[in-house]
Amino acid sequence: MTVRAGTIPVAAPADPRARERLLLLAGPLGWIALFLVVPCLLIGIYSLFERGTYGGIEWNFTFENFRRAADPLYFGILIKSLWIAGLATAIALLVGYPAAFLIATSPERWQKLLLVLAVLPFWTNYLIRSYAWIVILNREGAINNLLRGLGLTSEPLPLLYNEFAIVLGLVYAYLPFMILPLYAAISRLGADLIEASTDLGADGWRSFRRIILPLTLPGIAAGSIFVFVYSLGNFITPDLLGGGRTVMVGNLIYDQFLTARDWPFGAALAFILIGIMMGLLTLQAFLINRARRIGTYD
Amino acid sequence: MNRNKWLGVLVVVAIVAVGAFLLWPRPPAKIVISNWDGYMPAELLQNFTKETGIEAELAVHATNEEIMGKVTAGGGKGYDVLFVSSPFVEALAKQGLIAELDPGKIPNLANLYPEARALAYDPNNKYSVPYAWGTTGICYRSDLVSPAPTSWMELLRPADTHKGKVTMLATDRWLMAAGLKALGYSVNSTNPEEIAQAKALLIEAKQHLLAYDDTTFYSKLVSGEASMVQAWDGWCNYGIAENAAIKFVVPREGSDMWVDTMVVTAASGNRDGAMAFIDYVLRPEVHRWVAENILYKVPNQVAMEALDPALAQQYPNIAISPAELMALEQLRDLGDAQKTYTQTVTEITASQ
Repeated sequence: MTVRAGTIPVAAPADPRARERLLLLAGPLGWIALFLVVPCLLIGIYSLFERGTYGGIEWNFTFENFRRAADPLYFGILIKSLWIAGLATAIALLVGYPAAFLIATSPERWQKLLLVLAVLPFWTNYLIRSYAWIVILNREGAINNLLRGLGLTSEPLPLLYNEFAIVLGLVYAYLPFMILPLYAAISRLGADLIEASTDLGADGWRSFRRIILPLTLPGIAAGSIFVFVYSLGNFITPDLLGGGRTVMVGNLIYDQFLTARDWPFGAALAFILIGIMMGLLTLQAFLINRARRIGTYD
Repeated sequence: MNRNKWLGVLVVVAIVAVGAFLLWPRPPAKIVISNWDGYMPAELLQNFTKETGIEAELAVHATNEEIMGKVTAGGGKGYDVLFVSSPFVEALAKQGLIAELDPGKIPNLANLYPEARALAYDPNNKYSVPYAWGTTGICYRSDLVSPAPTSWMELLRPADTHKGKVTMLATDRWLMAAGLKALGYSVNSTNPEEIAQAKALLIEAKQHLLAYDDTTFYSKLVSGEASMVQAWDGWCNYGIAENAAIKFVVPREGSDMWVDTMVVTAASGNRDGAMAFIDYVLRPEVHRWVAENILYKVPNQVAMEALDPALAQQYPNIAISPAELMALEQLRDLGDAQKTYTQTVTEITASQ
């Protein structure tokens, strides 16, 4: 027998275990309140006051920080960050989908090994992986030396300290976040569905478009949101692989808190970023709900 | 209700554990020192503890601004000794975050150069003791850049062959200093017109940069990725150590004189221990060991006179005299104008 969502019994008020449930819930709820709601409120409050000369807050109410964030200079950075994060997400999806499909459809005993291989880079520190890319991409690095050794190029290619390197770094870093939810979604597909589709005369592309894609949409949404949100907030990759010349909104926020000591402006930027991410998560929830409705054809 | 009983036991155990942790008698406060990573010999703290019996722990910060942010946010709690550059001594003192020093507890102050006892940002070492000092200039590959650069403009508007092979410091005071000095202005200028001109020049310079780099610029020179970088004198030496063709020059327009200092936080629970640490660093043999280890000039006359002369031969900028340093422009705290500087630097690095 399979248990479907919605069949899980909901606690009735008379449930003798209600008190225990509440007690157990108090932990996670308290955690969320303390480490999510309170900091977000603080950021919201900070963003509405003036900066102190050496950091901290001067308690004079102002909208100046949001007005400054709308300045073309900073707005441009926001747009550029959305573009870079979007590009990284699109590439991660294009690379991750076939990979996840391959893993999900390979023999059972291979699947675990392939999944471990996919997440293996996570076992190494992020900074070390970034520096590894510097070693690979730089003017005197592995790729350029190889190309010149083979006589394919005479001048070293500019592979590092530009947007190309940033996007590459982001895709590399967050690809597992794309592969895992896609794998989960694809492996949940019954082979009988595809079989039925083929029996009814659909070709491969049509089966993919009409059956596989809609049913794996929640996985696509989850993976894309993960990669996009992480990429949008990242500041290490633009700093190391972008050489600090291409600033993303994460760098801007980092700099406001750690070097410029302009907490209110940093808070305003962070608040805008939180707003964008909330919007995206709502969108994801909407997509998943819709896909679930479509999925209840049986 | 068996489960509730267990829960009760768990809560009691937790309360007892937390109480015991809070009330347990603790050994005398150890001191916490925050310094730039790798800016003192690794064994220095162990030796200090061995000699004085005072436990010491190292925390690291990447930039002045970072430690300044932490200290401003937490009132300095959790730190006893901070290593910060001279303008930040003034800023910390103005906010009452650092303690006045007791010269009686730091007798080794007598080892310092007279110049180091009378620095404009902190005369008579009321709040701070200089640890290392120097200047900022151009560190370059003499085999790739010839003739040798003599002006900040050669870094900011590089010849075609060096375009995309130049790095600059992104830390606000030093990035601005390059632009201001190139135009003949003071590194402490608060004139909006001068700041605007420097900003325009630095935005133009950004087009030709390989990267902004405060920490690994010398390895970019060694690998040949960069041919010219804006660098602190001592940090250029790390490049020279790996490639003798790397050289350091102070541009003819002049430069800043910076002093990295040791200060004691007002919130320190063990000020005597903190000052004992400062006194320990100022011992001639210790401070000489520091200079040989980090390859920066130290303002300790007795230590510098005992320095191996071969060192100054290999790293010529170690021989820059205190008098020559004093002829450069000391970095000062800018007060309210600091906001203009940080905003300007944000706008430069954010420009496309």
